[in-house]
Amino acid sequence: MAETTPSQTNLSRLESEAIEIMREVVSDAQNPVMLYSVGKDSAVMLHLAKKAFFPSPPPFPLMHIDTTWKFQEMYKLRDKAAQDAGIELIIHQNPEARDKGINPFEHGALHTDMWKTEGLKQALDKHEFDAAFGGARRDEEASRAKERVFSFRTAQHRWDPKAQRPELWSLYNARTAAGESIRVFPLSNWTELDIWQYIHLEGIDIVPLYFAAPRPTVERGGLLLMVDDDRFPLAAGEKPVMRSIRFRTLGCYPLTGAVESEATTLTEIIQEMLLTTTSERQGRAIDRDQGASMEVKKQQGYF
Amino acid sequence: MTDQIYKTDALIAQDIDVYLESHRTKSLLRFITCGSVDDGKSTLIGRLLYDSKMIFQDQLAQLEADSRKVGTQGQDIDFALLVDGLAAEREQGITIDVAYRFFVTQKRKFIVADTPGHEQYTRNMVTGASTAQLAVILIDARKGVLAQTRRHSYLCHLLGIRNFVLAVNKMDLVGYDQDIFNAIVTDYTAFATGIGITDFTAIPMSGFRGDNIAAHSDNMAWYSGPPLLVHLETMELDQDTEAAQDFCMPVQWVNRPHSEFRGFSGRIAAGTIKPGDEVRILPSGKTSHVDRIVTFDGDLDAAGAGQSITLTLTDEVDCSRGQIITAAAAPLEVADQFETTLIWMDEKPLIPGRSYYLKMGAQTVSATVAEPKYQINVNTMDHAAAKTLELNAIGVANVTTDRSIPFAPYAENRTLGGFILIDKITNATVGAGLVNFALRRAQNIHWQATDITRDHHAQLKNQTPVVLWMTGLSGSGKSTIANAVELKLAQMNRHTFLLDGDNVRHGLNKDLGFTDADRIENIRRVGEVAKLMTDAGLIVITAFISPFRSEREMVRNMMAPGEFIEVFIDTPLPVAEKRDVKGLYAKARTGQLKNFTGIDSPYEAPETPEIHIDTTQMTIDEAAQIIFEKVMKSVL
Repeated sequence: MAETTPSQTNLSRLESEAIEIMREVVSDAQNPVMLYSVGKDSAVMLHLAKKAFFPSPPPFPLMHIDTTWKFQEMYKLRDKAAQDAGIELIIHQNPEARDKGINPFEHGALHTDMWKTEGLKQALDKHEFDAAFGGARRDEEASRAKERVFSFRTAQHRWDPKAQRPELWSLYNARTAAGESIRVFPLSNWTELDIWQYIHLEGIDIVPLYFAAPRPTVERGGLLLMVDDDRFPLAAGEKPVMRSIRFRTLGCYPLTGAVESEATTLTEIIQEMLLTTTSERQGRAIDRDQGASMEVKKQQGYF
Repeated sequence: MTDQIYKTDALIAQDIDVYLESHRTKSLLRFITCGSVDDGKSTLIGRLLYDSKMIFQDQLAQLEADSRKVGTQGQDIDFALLVDGLAAEREQGITIDVAYRFFVTQKRKFIVADTPGHEQYTRNMVTGASTAQLAVILIDARKGVLAQTRRHSYLCHLLGIRNFVLAVNKMDLVGYDQDIFNAIVTDYTAFATGIGITDFTAIPMSGFRGDNIAAHSDNMAWYSGPPLLVHLETMELDQDTEAAQDFCMPVQWVNRPHSEFRGFSGRIAAGTIKPGDEVRILPSGKTSHVDRIVTFDGDLDAAGAGQSITLTLTDEVDCSRGQIITAAAAPLEVADQFETTLIWMDEKPLIPGRSYYLKMGAQTVSATVAEPKYQINVNTMDHAAAKTLELNAIGVANVTTDRSIPFAPYAENRTLGGFILIDKITNATVGAGLVNFALRRAQNIHWQATDITRDHHAQLKNQTPVVLWMTGLSGSGKSTIANAVELKLAQMNRHTFLLDGDNVRHGLNKDLGFTDADRIENIRRVGEVAKLMTDAGLIVITAFISPFRSEREMVRNMMAPGEFIEVFIDTPLPVAEKRDVKGLYAKARTGQLKNFTGIDSPYEAPETPEIHIDTTQMTIDEAAQIIFEKVMKSVL
């Protein structure tokens, strides 16, 4: 039998809280789904779902809103993780974005809007999900710091930050009318350090891109980008340079900046993260438009 | 800026493994900061984050840019901009909603609920206070104890916070004057004692200058107590109080992967548990023993408050979501009427008597709130009469639930005594409540579980119990038809019992009159008797005017689904009055009988009865035959 510490530590409290949240959703929502982005937060969330319902498998499907521009290694881990967990995996690609050939190189903000925001709304509507788990944390960004664990969305998927349901104790209100939904964030109270430490302690499988390795890169607009496939348009005379890099956060490869690093183990990554002087979202082009840009995107339905 | 910046843990660079182990076992303190933007609350939090190295370079660059654009500190960094995350907040320079902030020191991890100070955001403050173990009450040293200081302290104390820090801020603006500090502490002590805050730690500080935040300030050598951060790191946590209580776990989810496994998943609200312990399931009262404590990481030898687990029991006992598993020897109280303190959180005021959903632990029931006994003025603590509660109002009111639920007074356990109210139409969370105590004496009567269940009773009689509830005006033919139906059922060897309105008023209900309140109590008692009879396996036929829709619904909700069959004996008033078998209408018309249904007391006809009998279109025997055939279909 495993050892147990009666007095709970920071991490065990976070784990128990996330499990409690997941069980509430399954009991109170009609048709929940877990959004799965293949990043480290998604990996932790999936791991917690296995714990929450053990010995049953998690009683909801995983859904990946695919932009077709993710790193190849992400697609590999996605399929393996869903299979290992014994969970159905739903993959949604916005057909309109596909038909129009929307891509991050030519279309800028429209790429995120169509593939991710619109794609997510389409998929939630299509499957009539009334609750969707997301891996967002409150320490990531200013408007997320103010969001509830159970965050209400209108039938148009809009978030109204000024009219959030009061959320006291651990009493969550998952009630919705037809078409409305709840976004649920079980990792709300986790920090980036908590996530890494948990991955380390629990031995959770994550995308190898988080670990440093020599990879082909080019510099664009202050970001260090990885040339992940031959769709990457190189400028005249531009040549990918091999650098030892890793990623602190993963998204569409043409929009995700890498950091130069030699950290090849989890503890080295954690050490580097703790000694760094920039936040993890610094590598994301999407967050840098304007101070409140995430709040605006969230109001429109972005996760 | 102070040079006494909180040091980054040197261990990170030296020995990351040792650091991680120390971080793994760190405790967690959740605290709330209360005060308005003028008190420097956001500045203080920004300072805590900055001094504990939780602000990264890119965030600092953004902060410097924003400070120049919309800051209120001239060329200096405006730390408030770090925490005011919503665009509207930045524009207006105020905090609207609770923001949660995180920082970690060598000793602890902290979650700060940064809450707005204005009275119009009381609901947001209460949200932040509900999960906090400690409150930092900010005071502007230039202004002293204000109405809002009292409001914040009262609300935090009400929500169960027992650890208080009085942060006397902006000491730099009063020349770090010890006398000013002492006067404020004296002032606050007088108030705090009055509302039951027995202990607090007062710290003179400057969030803007960094005095007494992370380190002792040279500007206030007269202060010998701990700086804020040191106090937060070293104060004793009360998380072990819950662990010391008796075991109690609301069941969130029944875990049934296959027919061989049936587990009860939940998060332990109090106490500890180990395999072999005897437990009781509430409200049913059934007892069993813990077989295993199942987790993904293997079975546990023991588990305690705060842990999410799955229990299996040694017996096949009934237990579903919302029920509570407790130590067998120390069950919770069970009741359906409570005195509560309510915090109203919706734009639309409380409607006494309306049915709301009440969610407490994992159970959701229907509940009504009586007219408040009084409202509390949160600035003066005075009590005032109130007919309702408006947004942000706090009052004391009785709450009645549609079934008995296990609970603990909020003062003993936040999880088992705190609830929210949800509007049934809009689904909005409209109120929060704290159970003070149960009103009915049922609180110490535990449901005695019996071996012969209602199913056994029904099987012995070879029938399915139902309640045939006849409703209609006086003289509509209820009793006559009921009698004919019972006769037909008896001829088929069905076990029946007829509860007649007049007969019951000779005995059980002879103390009741005909006012609305007495009519409601009359029906409630008959409903309870009918319920006992269905438990005994009987087919119950009732003949009562039962004029109010809500009471018929109340009886319907007492019964198992499908067990209540509403039969509307539809005789128009003129027809019934013309028949006037007992001469009652004549008496009512001449004023000799008061509160007579149809004359001077209303009759609310059923909207969707299971059976509708139009007595102007058929004979008594035809009516009885229709009812009999319908019943035989459902009781076989």
